[in-house]
Amino acid sequence: MDALPRAAPRRRPSAGTLGLGALLVLAYGIVPLTGTSYVFEALLTPFLALALAGLGLNLLTGYAGLLSLGSAAFMAVGAYAAFNLSLRLPGLTLPVSLLLAGFVAALAGLVAGLPALRLRGFYLAVSTLALQFFVAWALNRIGWISNDSPSGVVTAPRLVVAGLSFDDPRGRYLVTLTVVTLLTFVAWRLVTSPTGRNLVAIRDNETAARLVGVRVARTKLLAFAASSFVIGIAGALWAFAYLRTVEPAGFNLDRSFQILFIVIIGGLGTLRGAFLGAGFIVVLPLLLSRLGAALLGDGFDSGTLEMVQRVVLGALIVAVLIREPAGLAALLDRAGRRLGRRAA
Amino acid sequence: MPLTTRLRAALLAGTVALAGAAPRAAWADEQYFPLQSYRVGPYAAGGTGFFGGFIDYLNLINVRDGGVNGVKLTWSEGETQYEVERGVEVYERLKSRPGIAAWNPLSVGIAYAMIDRVTADKVPLITINHGRTDSTDGRVFPYVFPLLLNPYSETSGIIQYLGTRAGGLDKLKGKTVAVLYHGSPYGKETIPIYARLAERYGFTVAQIEVPHPGNEQQSQWLTIRRLRPDFVVLRGWGVMNPVALKTAQKTGFPADRIVGNVWSNSEEDVIPAGDAAKGYVAITTQASGTAYPVIQEVVGRVYAAGNGNLADRKRIGSVYHNLGVLNGILNVEALRIAQARFGQRTLSGDEVRWGFEHLRLDEARVAALGAKGLFHSINVTCANHEGEGRVTFQQWDGAKWTVVSDWIAPDWASLRPIIEASATAYAKERGITPRDCAAEEAAAAAR
Repeated sequence: MDALPRAAPRRRPSAGTLGLGALLVLAYGIVPLTGTSYVFEALLTPFLALALAGLGLNLLTGYAGLLSLGSAAFMAVGAYAAFNLSLRLPGLTLPVSLLLAGFVAALAGLVAGLPALRLRGFYLAVSTLALQFFVAWALNRIGWISNDSPSGVVTAPRLVVAGLSFDDPRGRYLVTLTVVTLLTFVAWRLVTSPTGRNLVAIRDNETAARLVGVRVARTKLLAFAASSFVIGIAGALWAFAYLRTVEPAGFNLDRSFQILFIVIIGGLGTLRGAFLGAGFIVVLPLLLSRLGAALLGDGFDSGTLEMVQRVVLGALIVAVLIREPAGLAALLDRAGRRLGRRAA
Repeated sequence: MPLTTRLRAALLAGTVALAGAAPRAAWADEQYFPLQSYRVGPYAAGGTGFFGGFIDYLNLINVRDGGVNGVKLTWSEGETQYEVERGVEVYERLKSRPGIAAWNPLSVGIAYAMIDRVTADKVPLITINHGRTDSTDGRVFPYVFPLLLNPYSETSGIIQYLGTRAGGLDKLKGKTVAVLYHGSPYGKETIPIYARLAERYGFTVAQIEVPHPGNEQQSQWLTIRRLRPDFVVLRGWGVMNPVALKTAQKTGFPADRIVGNVWSNSEEDVIPAGDAAKGYVAITTQASGTAYPVIQEVVGRVYAAGNGNLADRKRIGSVYHNLGVLNGILNVEALRIAQARFGQRTLSGDEVRWGFEHLRLDEARVAALGAKGLFHSINVTCANHEGEGRVTFQQWDGAKWTVVSDWIAPDWASLRPIIEASATAYAKERGITPRDCAAEEAAAAAR
């Protein structure tokens, strides 16, 4: 947990800001012009959506130290809320329905956060697990949520902002990128604000935080609300911009674990960690699979290839975490410092 | 730092592989099948059987006939593990390959995610025996084909069969049917249609849910014992099926009065139940076994040469393998029909769509294909993308499935208005103007 001070260099904006600017120029200027539909649809859009979910969970688990296994449930709440809002209130524009969906998810987060006032650690994780199962049960049981679709699977509405259609691969990527950029900025403001410092104080020592005047209960609930707000919007993006269909099975416990691993591998308590972790968990397996297919050819048994891929990925995770338990963000920091020293 | 160097090298190699996967040069006479298969994960038994059978048949056509009128059939696989996002990734990865004939995901979730995509890309999406019920209406879903059977006609077929068991549909009056369904959207999909049929034929229906995965069903079967139904319909999935059969035996409900639906009808569903499955009956669109000439040819030409796709030759002729072979027959015949109109060459997805919309295989043609007894017939049109598939019922004797009924026709006419209403609602929601099939046919004939 000592990664935080190193990972949030607020006072030295030069190199970081430059890097961020370059990244934004790349993401907005160069990628949309050069990317293929595969890059947008299969790599970048799911990467961004899951990175955003990781970012949301990181607010809760990384910064406030509250363990949650309910991320997929918040994604589901966000996705189905956005679906219902745009279905039942046709006047709403896409940004508004995304925002409102985020608030619905935040509300769910507040409810899920109530046990956190009493529980900590693994006990809290178990209570968020209850939410995970409750949401799956409710989606299956209450037909209204999926507009009484007989199979429970609903088709996402088209992406239209201010009369402009973003319903092509590039448009969906740009919508996702913009939402993710805005929310990342908001999250950055949050974690660098006094409230953000309160979160860290609670994580590091709750009693001490209480003694110095942090309102623990309020801050914990705020962490849950902010985190599920972000995760809910990530769920809506995942459903609307990536899959273009919403089905309950896509938001199961496996997805919650996936997001938790993104945060752990990327680096707890850093904003970059979510993006690095999502790259590792979402993009790397695809690269491995393409590499395997390219090396072995089409005729190779895809089941065996998949198994080999899992072994390789598992070994990589173990290797990275042995090398740097604080995650990829810390690994990157160390590499950066080493390069800087070499240059000097 | 050797590790990061190696990591960087791996990433670089991956990027190179990604860049190198640009569309390959098209050969003039190849038709390509992208396969979103699943050979890993909880549904691997179905995936290996189905895609194994499909590939075996494509292989047979290449080996025996030199392709379809000289057009060679090619394919490649992408592993999905039955997960929607992996299916989407494979779609995006393979869709730029030249000469794509049709997509065959065999997964409801993946099929739903592909409806918009295939419609934009103008390539057919085949969801044999499953998929979205209202996609039967080809006027609203031009590129989606739930061939042979959709959940509604499956339900109707089961009730027709129960009618024959009772001695006539009118004899169903006063009977009780319990439906034991998987606690998922799939399981719940047929609840309204059962209610409708119960009202029409005067039987009582009791819907009993089994939560996923269904490895504990004591309380559900106690309910069934109390209800004393005349029949139990098993609308199961995976491990739920053998557990249902075993628990039925424990509670004393005879297996021959349990009727399984299309996802409860394979060897994998009954073998784990052992003796408890003896006498169990299940619906199917294609008979099992290796007695049919086309399966014999698959064995003689493909497996004898060591090119068979199934790792275990004992699975040849199993339910999923035969479904895969049947799926191969339907795809290949649609290509043949489209070629007869557009020429013997690599066809575009839209031309193959035309082929599927004229996929008419009567009993004589089915026999000529060596599939007499394997399946009955199909008659797909522009408006009806299901194609009036007949169903039959098979009974498990402890070692193999034996057909125990005629080919039964579901009551399509009474289902059509429900399907059209649902499709029309979808069209309205999505701003789709339904096609005018009669006008399209007239225009095509005039050309």
